[in-house]
Amino acid sequence: MRIIVLVKQVPATDNVKMDEKTGTMIRAGGDNVVNPTDENAVTEAVRLKKETGAEVVAVSMGPEAAQQALREAYAMGVDRCLLLSGRAFAGSDTIATARALAAAVQKAGPADLVLAGERATDGETGQTGPMVGALLGLPVVTYVQKLVLTGDSLELERIVEGGFERVVCPLPALVTVVKGINQPPIPPLHLKLRAKKLTIPVWGADDLDLPAAELGLGGSPTRVARIFSPKLSRATVWYRENGGREGLSALADWLTGEGLL
Amino acid sequence: MSQARVLVVAEDRVSTRGRVYTTEGVRRVNRVTYELLNRGRDLAGKLGAGVDVVLLGVALDDYTELIQRGADRVLVLSGPAGAVGPTPGQRARLLEQLIREEEPVVVIAAATTTGRTVMPLVAARLKTGLTADCTSLDIDPGDQALLQTRPAIGGNIMATIKTRTRPQMATVRPRSAPPAERDPARQGQVVERQYGEDLLVTPERLVEFIRDVTQEVDLEEADIVVAGGKGLGDRSGFVLVEKLAGVLGAAVGASRDAVELGWAGYPHQVGLSGKTVAPRLYLAVGISGKIQHLAGMQTARTIVAINNDPGAQIFQVADMGIVGDALELVPALIEKIAALKAAKG
Repeated sequence: MRIIVLVKQVPATDNVKMDEKTGTMIRAGGDNVVNPTDENAVTEAVRLKKETGAEVVAVSMGPEAAQQALREAYAMGVDRCLLLSGRAFAGSDTIATARALAAAVQKAGPADLVLAGERATDGETGQTGPMVGALLGLPVVTYVQKLVLTGDSLELERIVEGGFERVVCPLPALVTVVKGINQPPIPPLHLKLRAKKLTIPVWGADDLDLPAAELGLGGSPTRVARIFSPKLSRATVWYRENGGREGLSALADWLTGEGLL
Repeated sequence: MSQARVLVVAEDRVSTRGRVYTTEGVRRVNRVTYELLNRGRDLAGKLGAGVDVVLLGVALDDYTELIQRGADRVLVLSGPAGAVGPTPGQRARLLEQLIREEEPVVVIAAATTTGRTVMPLVAARLKTGLTADCTSLDIDPGDQALLQTRPAIGGNIMATIKTRTRPQMATVRPRSAPPAERDPARQGQVVERQYGEDLLVTPERLVEFIRDVTQEVDLEEADIVVAGGKGLGDRSGFVLVEKLAGVLGAAVGASRDAVELGWAGYPHQVGLSGKTVAPRLYLAVGISGKIQHLAGMQTARTIVAINNDPGAQIFQVADMGIVGDALELVPALIEKIAALKAAKG
């Protein structure tokens, strides 16, 4: 059995502050991390590896520096890593990214199970995972918070609005996971050290069985036409509560006025 | 050539009542469908196009409201017989088939767990562009292209995106537009289409839907969200937030810290690694306001923050800032609201 996990490197947001005047983000340093739900996907793959002896392959697409994300995945227990990198991939939208990843999964596979995080914290589209599944002709189950493998079939629980759906799906399949599925463990030191020395194969566009016209900016059907900064800060009306309850009264009045009570 | 079409994908999930397509359930679409119709009519007006709304494998008892709220045609596509409901995979097959037949110029769906799964599957198969979670849609008066605006990088940047392939597909954030008004005089057509069962044969199967009683009011659909954070001290402090939500008929939200401390379940988490909400009122209690959290709620119409630290970042996005001890203020607020409601009868 082979499990392929899709991993993305994203900017760390934990220590980001907001500029009080402009309401824009101040990104201290340039720290990058493994996309949080991708860590959950890796954790789930490694758990299944322990259950079944499956081989786990982590695949990422990004700049050379994204190797770091793959090293972190390796330290979590992944068997081998693969990076798609090169100018041909630059400017890819979700579908162009999915095309490249699907081709890589096919070449590095076949995969019995493809796992990915539900969405990345930078783009926040949640589209690439399902698109990879569609391009590979696999059934896709998203927003999964519980995964049980029995023989060659998955029992899944997905979080939806107002509750949960139980889904049964045979392998091969693509599953995207949410944060609640598991708690990624701290990688053991010996694997961290080994990950540092790991040589990660880097595939360019030539390594994939795809026409160049389908990759990168040129292969992307969507394009950013304009970027602008919304003003986040609002004109705050302040109340300091010292027992007078003025703030609460103002809030209650507002609720009444809006017809929200 | 026949008139261009804007296709609206109906969201047939009734969040507070369970799923519509269970036999005992109420068969109707939910509010976001009418928000999409509002968008659809606006775009269609600018394009001189007609508006179709499609029901993917779910039949309703009555289609009048969809027509009165803006649909020129209601397209009802038959679903899998005897199943709990169509899976996103089955819905995607129906939608793909319909798009191939009707060739709409624009396809919009709600940015919900269903829409955000079905639309990527269809876009990938049709090799067309898809923009996620748009908060604003417009038509470029020059080239008639769909202008799709969405928050990026945690809402700190807005990007307007254009698609050079057709159809132009987008998912739209719930609550980002008001629902279309009802016009009793509006006329429209209901078209039922039966597809072969083979179209609906997918490997995955939906077994059951389990309602989550802790999500009594759905977070992404609620008018009011009351959310709690680490500043509440412990689980008993968070219970106050749940009680406040109870009297307000609000949904309960939580910061990542509160979820990690085990005070609330993950489905309640608001922020980058949780849900994105845009209610009429977001009441943040004991939440410091890390970017991680702000990304999930800063498009709320009105934001009120209660926190004992006047320097808390949450106040930067607040319309009303109440500085004080949440453990003292929340019970007082509950009392006040309960009294107001009692007075109203």
